[in-house]
Amino acid sequence: MFNNFFHKLASPKYFYRISGALIPWLAGASLLLFLAGLYYGLVEAPTDYQQGDSYRIMFIHVPAAWMSLFIYMVMAGAGAIGLVWRIKLAEVIAISSAPIGASFTFLALVTGSIWGKPMWGTWWVWDARLTSELILLFLYLGVIALHGAIEDRRTAARAVAILALVGVINIPIIHYSVEWWNTLHQGPTVTKFDKPSIHISMLIPLLLMALAFKLYYAFVVLMRARVEVLERERSAGWVRELVETK
Amino acid sequence: MNRHSLTRAITLLVRRDLILAMRHRAEMINPLLFFILVTSLFPLGIGANPNLLQAVGPGVIWVAALLAALLSLDGVFRSDFEDGTLEQYLLSSHPVSLLVLGKVLAHWLITGLPLLLISPLLGVFLGLSGDGIRILFITLLLGTPVLSLIGAVGVALTVGLRKGGMILSLLVLPLYVPLLIFASSAVDTAAAGLPVTAHLSLIAALLVLSLSLSPFATAAALRISLS
Amino acid sequence: MNLSEFLHMGGYAFYVWTSYAIALLILLVNIVMPLRQRRKVLTDIARAARRARRET
Repeated sequence: MFNNFFHKLASPKYFYRISGALIPWLAGASLLLFLAGLYYGLVEAPTDYQQGDSYRIMFIHVPAAWMSLFIYMVMAGAGAIGLVWRIKLAEVIAISSAPIGASFTFLALVTGSIWGKPMWGTWWVWDARLTSELILLFLYLGVIALHGAIEDRRTAARAVAILALVGVINIPIIHYSVEWWNTLHQGPTVTKFDKPSIHISMLIPLLLMALAFKLYYAFVVLMRARVEVLERERSAGWVRELVETK
Repeated sequence: MNRHSLTRAITLLVRRDLILAMRHRAEMINPLLFFILVTSLFPLGIGANPNLLQAVGPGVIWVAALLAALLSLDGVFRSDFEDGTLEQYLLSSHPVSLLVLGKVLAHWLITGLPLLLISPLLGVFLGLSGDGIRILFITLLLGTPVLSLIGAVGVALTVGLRKGGMILSLLVLPLYVPLLIFASSAVDTAAAGLPVTAHLSLIAALLVLSLSLSPFATAAALRISLS
Repeated sequence: MNLSEFLHMGGYAFYVWTSYAIALLILLVNIVMPLRQRRKVLTDIARAARRARRET
């Protein structure tokens, strides 16, 4: 029965219908979680005695950074599945994830920079986390650029899958080397981004926001994937019917 | 398809690339000149204060090596792509990953090795100590093959594209970052007189990793690029 | 905490609210773009189908 489900899911037409039904629910759930997270983070959570109220940027920055890594993993994994098992849908999910992942990486960088300004007085520091995020952004941009440069969609998806896999192997190496580099050159200052222990009243909004971001990613990637599916299946019968009924 | 014919195929491949490179010796010199020029520009740009130069020297030389390698990478598969030889590689009965290894070896002999050999001179330009120059040499010895190996994956992905060169930099430079960090740090540490076994082991690990994985990724990328 | 204290964010108002505003912007852009692309693709396909029908 599961086999049947996956076979059907791999069919673009079925995917288009199912995702269309799922999106409103995911979006609604995501919105609720965002509102809850914002309330607990901005209103309920107490002021930090060290950083005052500026620490509340963390409720955006940290989940965004988590998402930037998570989405890259999904992109590489989906790319690998598409490459090995030739499942078109996996390719589609992979390439649809790239701009979203890049957006989250950018968001993490910008909020990290803004958070750092009142703390350290400069708009940018070569902190290990921020530097790693910057390199991750370049990795995402490389995926997007490569995909844009190849005309045939199928070839582009497969090339990007290789690139994403190479990237995913490198990410832990890059992360480790940047951390190491950071301790060499900055000395043992504990960056304010890593709170050694986090109070439960701050943890709850953080997790709520993280979950909200995950559900957000789910429905947005489905939205992008549907567009990609339409592009690829232009000449298919079900697409024509769809267009005609509009 | 026996071992003998595979070795022959690879030897022929490497020899062919070397002979071609020798015929266009001017092109071979370009990345080398770039390496020397870029390194020499830094004292001009930041002042010739010996302490400052010693502090930035290892990083500067390594960044220049990265950029020079990047410049030279584009040619690895391009001429083969244009005259159809690349398709022959894919159609042959030999494992493409090993043929790729041959191409990368040839590339390293043509571009990496000259960089390696000129590096002591550049170390002197930037005021590196004897220990620093020695370790610089070793990091380049271990690291330039990594540059060729990782670069080959990028080239294989972009070989059919018009603006391949620009995208290549974007794809490959982030992947070079760990090597850059470990290598320049090794030279820095050596110049301070401290032991660098940890650093060199890390670079050696990168070399082993890229030797084992990159030929497969490159072969897969070539297949995709030529499909 | 009253509204003006809330908006003031202990003096960090600019930093906090700019961050949240940028986040909102990015989230909205990622929703709007696929919607617009979808509309564009559908009109493109419809136009191509109309042209094909006219030619037969």
